[in-house]
Amino acid sequence: MEISSFFSTRDLNAWFGKTLAVRAVNMSFAENTVSAIIGPSGCGKSTFLRCLNRLHEEVPGARVNGTVLLENKNIYSKDVDPVELRRQIGMVFQKPNPFPAFSVFDNVAVGLKLAGIRKSTILKDAVERSLRMAALWDEVKDKLNDAGTSLSGGQQQRLCIARALAVEPRVLLMDEPTSALDPISTAKIEELVSELKKAVTIIIVTHNMQQAARISDQTAFFLLGDLIEYGATSQLFTAPKDNRTERYITGRFG
Amino acid sequence: MKQKDYRIALLNTWIEKSSQRRKVINWGVYVALSLAAILALIPLISVFSFVTFRGFSALDWDFFISLPKPVGEIGGGIANALVGTAILVGFGTLIGLPWGFGIGIYLSEYGASKRASAIRFTVDLLASIPSIVIGLFVYAAVVVPMKRFSAYAGGIALGILMVPTVARSTEEILKLVPIHIREAGLALGLPRWKVILRIIFRGSLGALITGVMLSVARVSGETAPLLFTALSNRFWSHRLDQPIASLPVQIYNYAISPYDDWHRQAWGAALVLIFFVLFLNLTTRWAMKKGTK
Repeated sequence: MEISSFFSTRDLNAWFGKTLAVRAVNMSFAENTVSAIIGPSGCGKSTFLRCLNRLHEEVPGARVNGTVLLENKNIYSKDVDPVELRRQIGMVFQKPNPFPAFSVFDNVAVGLKLAGIRKSTILKDAVERSLRMAALWDEVKDKLNDAGTSLSGGQQQRLCIARALAVEPRVLLMDEPTSALDPISTAKIEELVSELKKAVTIIIVTHNMQQAARISDQTAFFLLGDLIEYGATSQLFTAPKDNRTERYITGRFG
Repeated sequence: MKQKDYRIALLNTWIEKSSQRRKVINWGVYVALSLAAILALIPLISVFSFVTFRGFSALDWDFFISLPKPVGEIGGGIANALVGTAILVGFGTLIGLPWGFGIGIYLSEYGASKRASAIRFTVDLLASIPSIVIGLFVYAAVVVPMKRFSAYAGGIALGILMVPTVARSTEEILKLVPIHIREAGLALGLPRWKVILRIIFRGSLGALITGVMLSVARVSGETAPLLFTALSNRFWSHRLDQPIASLPVQIYNYAISPYDDWHRQAWGAALVLIFFVLFLNLTTRWAMKKGTK
């Protein structure tokens, strides 16, 4: 597949203790595209995603080997600090998780503040820009000092997207970001994803095949820790090459 | 047809009987549990009312602002003991708080390792050591080398007593913060220590303060660890290297004395101590409610 080598994995394996959860995955993601990862529960898609910002290794007993290249630099090489790396590869989680006791403003500003940026004009600008990017500004601009947790579920998730965007990552990982949301909030986030790819490269794990078909440029299908098929979304959903992909997307198993 | 009617009638009586039985059992259990709850309150209420009854007459403005009078003179107060208790508890908190917080944070964030379970076990052991043993230890470790009883020694004893309660309450509170909040912090490119101290701590501040206040309330009534550390003092003393008065030890000294007036004052001081602890508990709860809103 002729995809530029902006972000890619080579023979990536991930373990939980002795269980191999992701097996020798090779994938590459082009800049400013949306890639979706689908597959049944327990197929390793979330684990794979968490290897991409080195969050997997934070789980006790978890281990990774293989290579992940971000612009030809292996993020698993010894001289890469995972803390620095995660600033470039942001993440949005399954459940909206704004920081408790943090205001809307502080939730978005915290990444920059704790990285040492003090100047209030810079912080204000960054917060407004991030909230606008997350399509939340108009809804919260008059309640920036309210608790982040006081927003609705869908707003909270967009707040988390703004929080991740504020540190200006190159890549945004989304781990089933709409599975806890109602259809209207889901639609808003899907719309947002299509807009955001102008600024960041997005990799999204989803249970919802229609969602993958609606918002992604490429789709990957995972099964039992293996990458079964990866290709242009239109092709994967209309003419899958692998029999197992076809059976999954037509709902015959999984 | 007739047989069917008979069967239904039989079923109905059975239902009625069994539901009556259920109601009786329900009522019986309810009464038994209410009695148990009332029984549990009896010691609390009787201690409180008895101390109020015996101690209230000792309370007047003078009692709070004057020093103990020399033996044989009627009157005098507990001013130095109040200040002394504040100094001892303050100094103890200064020692016990960072120490307990440190252990609690370690246990909650790195608690899965073998070393952590060994530490957790040790902390639980420390919590179950009688407070008089802590007092003896501080006597041997601090009072003997310094060659004098001192507020330092008393504060250290109270600080050690605070460590296990602060550590375990901190651990439990931090564990309540879901793992995905920590991961969100890490995913922002923040080092783990900043995630813990700047994000997780802020989110559970109310509960953490409650844990600290409860352990402050607990140690402020401790007598045994102060007996051979801070000793007591019948005069004003703010110096940390000198013996210092405290409410519990003053109560003890007055209670074992042969003088009626000192007995009266001991009850008065006991009442003050109870109210102080009650006040701490209530303000903590109030602050907690405000904090969680």
